Amino acid sequence: MKKIEAVIKPFKLEDVKDALTEIGVFGMTVTEVRGFGRQKGHKEAYRGTEYTVEFLPKTKIEVVVPDNLTERVVETLLRTAKTGSIGDGKIFVTNLSEVIRIRTGETGDRAL
Amino acid sequence: MKTIVQQRVIVSLLMVSGIVAWMTLGVAANGVMAQTTTEAPPATGGTPPAAAPAPPPKIDTGDTAWVLTSSALVLAMTAPGLALFYGGMVREKNALGTIMQSFIILCLISVQWVLWGYSLAFGPDVKSIIGSLAWMGLNGVAMDQPNVDYAATIPHQAYMIFQAMFAVITVALITGAFAERMKFSSFLVFSLLWATFVYDPLAHWVWGKGGWIGTNGGMGALDFAGGTVVHISSGVSGLACALVLGRRLGHGKEHMAPHNLPMTVLGASLLWFGWFGFNAGSAVAAGALATSAFVVTNTATATAALAWMVAEWLYRGKPTVLGAASGAVAGLVAITPASGFVGPLSSIIIGAGAGFFCYVAVIVKSRLGYDDSLDAFGVHGIGGTWGALATGLFASKAINSGGADGLFFGNPGQLWLQFIAVLAAWVLAFVGTFVILKIVDWTMGLRVSNDEEQLGLDLSQHEERAYS
Repeated sequence: MKKIEAVIKPFKLEDVKDALTEIGVFGMTVTEVRGFGRQKGHKEAYRGTEYTVEFLPKTKIEVVVPDNLTERVVETLLRTAKTGSIGDGKIFVTNLSEVIRIRTGETGDRAL
Repeated sequence: MKTIVQQRVIVSLLMVSGIVAWMTLGVAANGVMAQTTTEAPPATGGTPPAAAPAPPPKIDTGDTAWVLTSSALVLAMTAPGLALFYGGMVREKNALGTIMQSFIILCLISVQWVLWGYSLAFGPDVKSIIGSLAWMGLNGVAMDQPNVDYAATIPHQAYMIFQAMFAVITVALITGAFAERMKFSSFLVFSLLWATFVYDPLAHWVWGKGGWIGTNGGMGALDFAGGTVVHISSGVSGLACALVLGRRLGHGKEHMAPHNLPMTVLGASLLWFGWFGFNAGSAVAAGALATSAFVVTNTATATAALAWMVAEWLYRGKPTVLGAASGAVAGLVAITPASGFVGPLSSIIIGAGAGFFCYVAVIVKSRLGYDDSLDAFGVHGIGGTWGALATGLFASKAINSGGADGLFFGNPGQLWLQFIAVLAAWVLAFVGTFVILKIVDWTMGLRVSNDEEQLGLDLSQHEERAYS
C-alpha cells in the first residue's frame, strides 16, 4: 500500500477528485493547508502597514491505494493538477505499513 | 500570580462600585431622585429678561422628533457602527473584546451622563471652566420644558439625551488606540475617569453656557458638532494611550492584518448613516440648517473616501477597500465642526483634505513606530484638527447667520480662534489622558499580561470566543 499526498492549487481540487474517482480511488482526505515552495508570496497593505504573505493557501489531498494503483494515481494527479505555472505543488509517495477499518476491523487492501 | 490578578480585579471592581455608590449617595442626599418636571424650571443663565414678559418657549414637535431620532442615530454610531468598524480591524482572537469595549462604554457613559456628566458639561457655569453639580441626577433638567440656552424648541431632556450619545461615542473612539492589549477592568475605570475629567470639561468649554472657548458666551470658536470636543479629544487621547501603553506584542513583526474587513466596511457605513444624526441633529431643530448640515456631511464624506482611495492608488498602486472606508470616516470627522457653517463646495475641499491628510498620517505612523492600533489619532486627531481649522477658513454667515465668517469670507480672526480652540483641546486631552493613565497604571495596571495578550482578549478577559 502506498500513501500519496499531493499539495495542489485549491481551484484544481474538483478536477483532481473527479479524475481520481474515475480510476477507482474510493476515498480521500482533503485539508486546507498553507505553505511555500518556489512560488513567491504576495503583498497585502492595510492603511499604512504592509505585510508580505509568504504562506500561500494550498489544498492537500491524501489517498491510500494498493501498490498496483500507485502509478495511475500519480499520473492522474500530474495530468489534472497541472497548470504549467509555478506553484502547481508536489506529490509525495510513501510506503504504508497498515490500514485498519474501524467499523469492521478489516486490515490491508481490504480496508481501503 | 493568580491571587494578585484576582486582588487587582477585586480592587478595580471596588473602585468602580465605590465611585458609583458615592455619586448615588450624593444624588440621594440632594433629594433629587424624584422625577424632574416643571417644578424646577431650568436656569436660564445669562439670558436677559425681556422688558415685556416674553411668551414661554414652546416645544416644537417636529424639532423634538428630529432630535430624538438623531439621538438614536448617534447611538447607532457607537454600537453597532464603531463596534463593527473596530471589531473587524483587530485579529480574530480580539474581536469580541473590541466590540465589547464600544458596547459597554455605551452603557457606562449613559449612566455617568445622567448622574453627573451632563451637569459637569452643561450645568450652570463655574468660572467658564466647568458646569456645577447642580444638575446631578438630572435635577432641574426638565422633560417638558426647553432650556433656551441650548435648544429653545425641544424639551431639555431631549437635548440632554442627544448630548449623552456624543459623550458615549467620544470615549468609545479612544479604544481604537489601545486595542488588543488593555485590561478590561482598567479600561472601565479609565473610561469613567476620562469622561469625567476630560470630556465633560472640554464639552463645557466649547458648548456649555459660559464656557470660555465656544459661541455660547465664550471667545467664539466654532464647533458645530464636535471637531474639538469629540474628535480632537478622542484622537489626541488615543495618541497618549498608544504612547503610554506601548506597542502590542509582536508589533512590526507578526502579521496583524484585520480579521474581517466586510465587518469593518459595514461598521463604517453605519457610522456614516448615524453621522446624519450627529451633524444634522446638531442643528437641534428640523429645518434649513439641519438640511444644509446633512448635505455637506454626505458630500465631504464621499469626497474624502475618494481622496483617500486615489492617494493610496497613486502612492502604493492599489485602491483598497479599507482605505475607502477609512477615508469616509476621516471625511465625517473633518466636516463635523464645520457642518453647520459651510456650503457644499467648501465641504468638498474639506473632505478632500481629510482623505489626503489622514492617509498621510497613517503612513507616517508606520514610519514612527508607535502603535495606535486602529488609527484613532491618525483619523480622529488629524481629521478633527483639519476640520476645526478648516472651519476657520470656510465658515460663512450666508450658511448660518448665527455662526461667523472664516478666513476665505473676509474674517481671518476666526482662524486664530479656531487655532486656540484646537490647541486647548490638544493640551487638555493629552495631559488629562496621560495623568489618568498613570494613575490607573499605578493602582491597577493598564495592560493584560503577555500570556493573556497572546491568548487574546476574548478568552483572557471574557472567557468567550467570537467564532467557536
